[in-house]
Order: sequence, then C-alpha cells, then structure tokens
Amino acid sequence: MSDLILSTMETIPGRTIVSWKGLVQGNTVQSKHVGRDIMAGLKNIVGGELKGYTELLDDARNKSIERMVDQARSLGANAVVNVRFSTSSVTAGASELYAYGTAVVLD
Amino acid sequence: MFGFITFIGLLCIGVIFGTLNERRHFQRLRADEAALSHILQTTLKRIPGPHNDLQEGAILVSGNVVVALDFFKIIVARLKSIVGGSLRSYESVLERARREAIVRMLKEADAVGATAVHNIRIEFSTIGGQNPQHPGGSEILAFGTAVKARNV
Repeated sequence: MSDLILSTMETIPGRTIVSWKGLVQGNTVQSKHVGRDIMAGLKNIVGGELKGYTELLDDARNKSIERMVDQARSLGANAVVNVRFSTSSVTAGASELYAYGTAVVLD
Repeated sequence: MFGFITFIGLLCIGVIFGTLNERRHFQRLRADEAALSHILQTTLKRIPGPHNDLQEGAILVSGNVVVALDFFKIIVARLKSIVGGSLRSYESVLERARREAIVRMLKEADAVGATAVHNIRIEFSTIGGQNPQHPGGSEILAFGTAVKARNV
C-alpha cells in the first residue's frame, strides 16, 4: 500500500525517531449504494456478516490512509506513528472514515 | 392476517439460520484463535526496556467486520427493553464481531510473519442505522502494529 512505515505505537520498534513533522490526516465520506442496501436488508432477517459493507468500509479506510500517507510524504516524513482511526455518521446512509497520526522522520 | 404470517415466518427464519450461523461462527473462531495463538497480542504503546531493540519490521495491520442482527434478536431485544436488563442476544453478536475482527487482524499479521501485535485498538461504529426499516449493521475495527522478533 505504501512505502512509509505506519504504526499504532508511539515509537517504531527497533528504530529511532529523529524529528517530528506534526499531525497528518486523511478522511473519506463513503455512502452505501442501493444494491448493497437490499442485500443488507435481507441479512437483517437471518443475521450474520454484511460482506458488502465490510468491503466498502475497508476500501474507504484504505483511501483515508492513502491521503494521510500522501500528506506525510509531502512533509518529508518516512513514517507515521500513533495512527488512529475514527468513524462518524454524517447523514443517514453515509459515514466518514478518518485516519490520523503523527508524521516522523526515522534515522 | 397476512402480516402476522410474514412476521412469524421471518421470526422462524431468524431463529433457525441465526442460531445455526452463530454456532458455526463460534466453532470457526475457536479454531482460528487457536491457530493464531503464537502471535503475542498487547495493548502496550511502548515495548518495555531492552525488548524494544529486539523488534523490527513494524507494519500497520487491521481487520474489520460489519455484522447484522437477525430478526429474532431484534424482536427479543425490543421486548427485553420494556423490562430492561442486559440484552444477551446482542452481547453474543458483538462478541462474535469483535473476535472476528481481531482474528482478521491477526491473519494479516501472520501473513507478514509477525511474532507480535502491539497497541491493539478496537473501534466501533454503526452504518445505516437511522432508518428503523433497515437496521443496518455495526462495524468493528481492530488495528495494531505487527512486529517481528529480530534474530541476533
């Protein structure tokens, strides 16, 4: 996905951070489409995983990560530490996927 | 009358398929968790002391899953909310989803040959839940940092 190192930790194990470049972030607002909605409606009878939505959110989250990574790269960083994700519902049927972290330069 | 038959039909489908799916899912989860138990899982932000230098190849891993409730569970929960108390039918759905998300994250870590996943975080969100006709689903996301033990 990217050549930058991403980590949810404060440090990168086995590496030393030499400078901080600040907060980087990426977001996507994703809406679901009708076809997937119908399938989801049916699934609400039998229960279980909604595969369509799982893929949808996964793709959208990857896009957010990519935007975050692009920003980190433009700042000259080669890693992003303390990466966090968060999700919020904007309107009915759409949700925002947000990824943020701290861009750093490793030795 | 027709409405009532549909309701009972949906309820039966919910009970039968929901219960079957749940049992099968728990079996699969137990097998997967046992197969992936060699990966150390922590919620630590920093690896303590000298161990920090004995790790390499940090990479972000994640697993997500969106689950739906079955019709029977929705009805049971609605009845239960009249008297209050814990909604056991929802608890099992969330437990399955959370374990599934963690298993998917561990599989990703296993694919890169990781020996540990540190600082695991679990996020929860709902999708399309605003319309009561389409209860939608709940998403669970598990993510962490996979590392390899360095050979010295």
